[in-house]
Amino acid sequence: MDNMLLICRGLCASAGEKAILHDVDFEMRSGEAHVLMGPNGAGKSTFGHVIMGDPAFQVTGGSIVFDGIDIVGLSTDKRSKAGLFLSFQAPVEIPGVPLRSFLRAMVDAHGLKMKNKEFKGRIKELSAELDMNPAYLDRELGVGFSGGEKKKVEMLQLLLLRPKLAILDETDSGLDVDALSVVSRGMELYRQECGGTLLVITHNTRILERLTVDRAHVMVAGHIVDEGPASLIDEIDAQGFERYETAGLAIEGK
Amino acid sequence: MEETVTLESGKKRTQIADVDRSRYDFRYDDSQAEKLDAGLTPDIVREISERKDEPEWMLEHRLHSLEVYHGMQMSDWGPSIDGLDMDHIVTYVKPPTEQQSDWDSVPDNVKDTFDRLGIPEAERSYLAGVGAQYDSELVYHSMQENAAKLGIVYSGIEEALHGEYAGLIREKFMTLIPPTDHRFAALHGAVWSGGSFVYVPRGAKLDHPLQSYFRLNAKGAGQFEHTLIIVEDDASLHFIEGCSAPKYNVANLHAGAVELFVGKRAHLRYSTIENWSKNMYNLNTKRCRCEEEGEIEWISGSFGSHVGYLYPMSILAGCKARASFTGITFAGRGQNLDTGCKMVLAAPETSASVDTKGISKDGGIQTFRSSVVATPSAQGSRCTVSCQSLMLDDRSRSDTIPAMDIRCKNVDIGHEATIGRIGDDKIFYLMSRGVSEEEARTMIVNGFAEPISKELPLEYAVEMNNLIKLEMEGAIG
Repeated sequence: MDNMLLICRGLCASAGEKAILHDVDFEMRSGEAHVLMGPNGAGKSTFGHVIMGDPAFQVTGGSIVFDGIDIVGLSTDKRSKAGLFLSFQAPVEIPGVPLRSFLRAMVDAHGLKMKNKEFKGRIKELSAELDMNPAYLDRELGVGFSGGEKKKVEMLQLLLLRPKLAILDETDSGLDVDALSVVSRGMELYRQECGGTLLVITHNTRILERLTVDRAHVMVAGHIVDEGPASLIDEIDAQGFERYETAGLAIEGK
Repeated sequence: MEETVTLESGKKRTQIADVDRSRYDFRYDDSQAEKLDAGLTPDIVREISERKDEPEWMLEHRLHSLEVYHGMQMSDWGPSIDGLDMDHIVTYVKPPTEQQSDWDSVPDNVKDTFDRLGIPEAERSYLAGVGAQYDSELVYHSMQENAAKLGIVYSGIEEALHGEYAGLIREKFMTLIPPTDHRFAALHGAVWSGGSFVYVPRGAKLDHPLQSYFRLNAKGAGQFEHTLIIVEDDASLHFIEGCSAPKYNVANLHAGAVELFVGKRAHLRYSTIENWSKNMYNLNTKRCRCEEEGEIEWISGSFGSHVGYLYPMSILAGCKARASFTGITFAGRGQNLDTGCKMVLAAPETSASVDTKGISKDGGIQTFRSSVVATPSAQGSRCTVSCQSLMLDDRSRSDTIPAMDIRCKNVDIGHEATIGRIGDDKIFYLMSRGVSEEEARTMIVNGFAEPISKELPLEYAVEMNNLIKLEMEGAIG
């Protein structure tokens, strides 16, 4: 159990009356890169949101231990400060709040003692690394941003906060080739510069081409149905999720 | 005409505690002030007039207004004002000083009040002139030399009644807001006291704003200042009005009147940050008349008061005259704020735009009420009305009541309204970046208010953001 950064045991979660996650066991060591795969609607995004503490979902059983602490009772902001990060599939829009002010508030909330000059320099540098037009920094958060621009902003936040664990929820969805390569670069930087632990949630494998994956997990109908080394990704690429879905239905039917 | 109503669903609600208003909510003993008896009689009106050594016509105006007041019923719409007992409102409270032109001569209590409100500091840094009223009288009035050189007059209106512009004041006074207009206009006509007079001569353009600040300190009192501004042809002015009061457990009343005259091709921006205490009945009336190609811009922030009725009116009387109204209203616990504006398109090719934001929280009621009138001579005019409301919890209420009276063909009138809540997804997103729930809500509300605050001078935008922060403080996750 050395370096265990995230351990979920028997995790069950629901949205209101509807149970979504069933008895999920999940482990990640510090410094590893994992991928969580599965068909649409399998509960993968819910898993990411539940770890981050989204109040839209209720944990109905089991535990989530992050960096040695059970975080189930912690509010989302405290989880963030503890070193968790979730990159959203659909980042929100906050009219009237310039991206720059939001980034500043985020840095301050994390108690990162960054002087204004240093902060400015850092976000300028990250904008350049992520091929992001610095003019975005003065635009309202998310408002009128394209899908690709929103994802670049997510990567910028990731690199600014340098969390212990980053969960990227379908960060690749709807991106063109250029935006995808920027996101891949962001992941690489996070891995190399921050020694970051990464959980990539996806249902296609293109985003994984430039990433060395330590372990893959497969979720179907709210259950973890398989896990294994990176070679599992190639198997799924070749065969799809069909064999699991039949199995998943069998579990559902129990 | 288009109407859209957007509702974002939300599951989680937050308790928001009462706010710390200590910056505004401090008071001084008013025993040194001279007060007239409470209530409304011809004797009280005569006494106010006599103390002010007014011209005869003004006394007649007051007595006539009082008669109108007693003969008039209260309007049968809008928030209840049953808590306001006119027999117990002291209509005249004289502060223990005459009007001064340097702060050092103002008594310590009074000076300290304005210091704490940041007025002398603002005056030093960016205002071209300041008037400060404490209860019923001005205690300070001063204008910079460069403004005086342009021929601009900025003084107490009572003082001006004895000066060079006395004739002009008589010609204009309460013509835009006649005492017969509504009951509190009549009351104002009878007991008005204090307020500023501004005259900007033809072609004069003032770079820095003038500001009048109204502070009501006395318990159970009324404030009835009259502001009269005349901006002659081709001239330009930015005028700022601020107001606040400490909180008492009895009703206070504010029934001021603002009359603005904007000449041909002239420009006036009238900005207000209203932050009366939450025992105040704010029944204020503001009107502007614009001549050919003249422009009035209203910027209005309403945060205080227990009950508020406020609908600044723009009368576009000249061809191609323009008006815009940009406003925000924030109604918290125990507040019922009925605000909006009136646009009267009374000449060809005029244009008007209305952009308002309303926020309700903690059981507060916020109503947007607007009236757009296009007279038969308004051909080619246009007006757009947009209002957005944000309800911060299930107990609060926001309403939109737009009225349109179009008596002319070939006009373009549009209205759109949205009412929404703060989406839980937005709160979750911000919190996932380490921001607390309270800060997340404040950030979203400040963002919502941003189109209004960006219209204010920086110092006031900061004050408005602070007011919003104050109102949002105490959120429990």
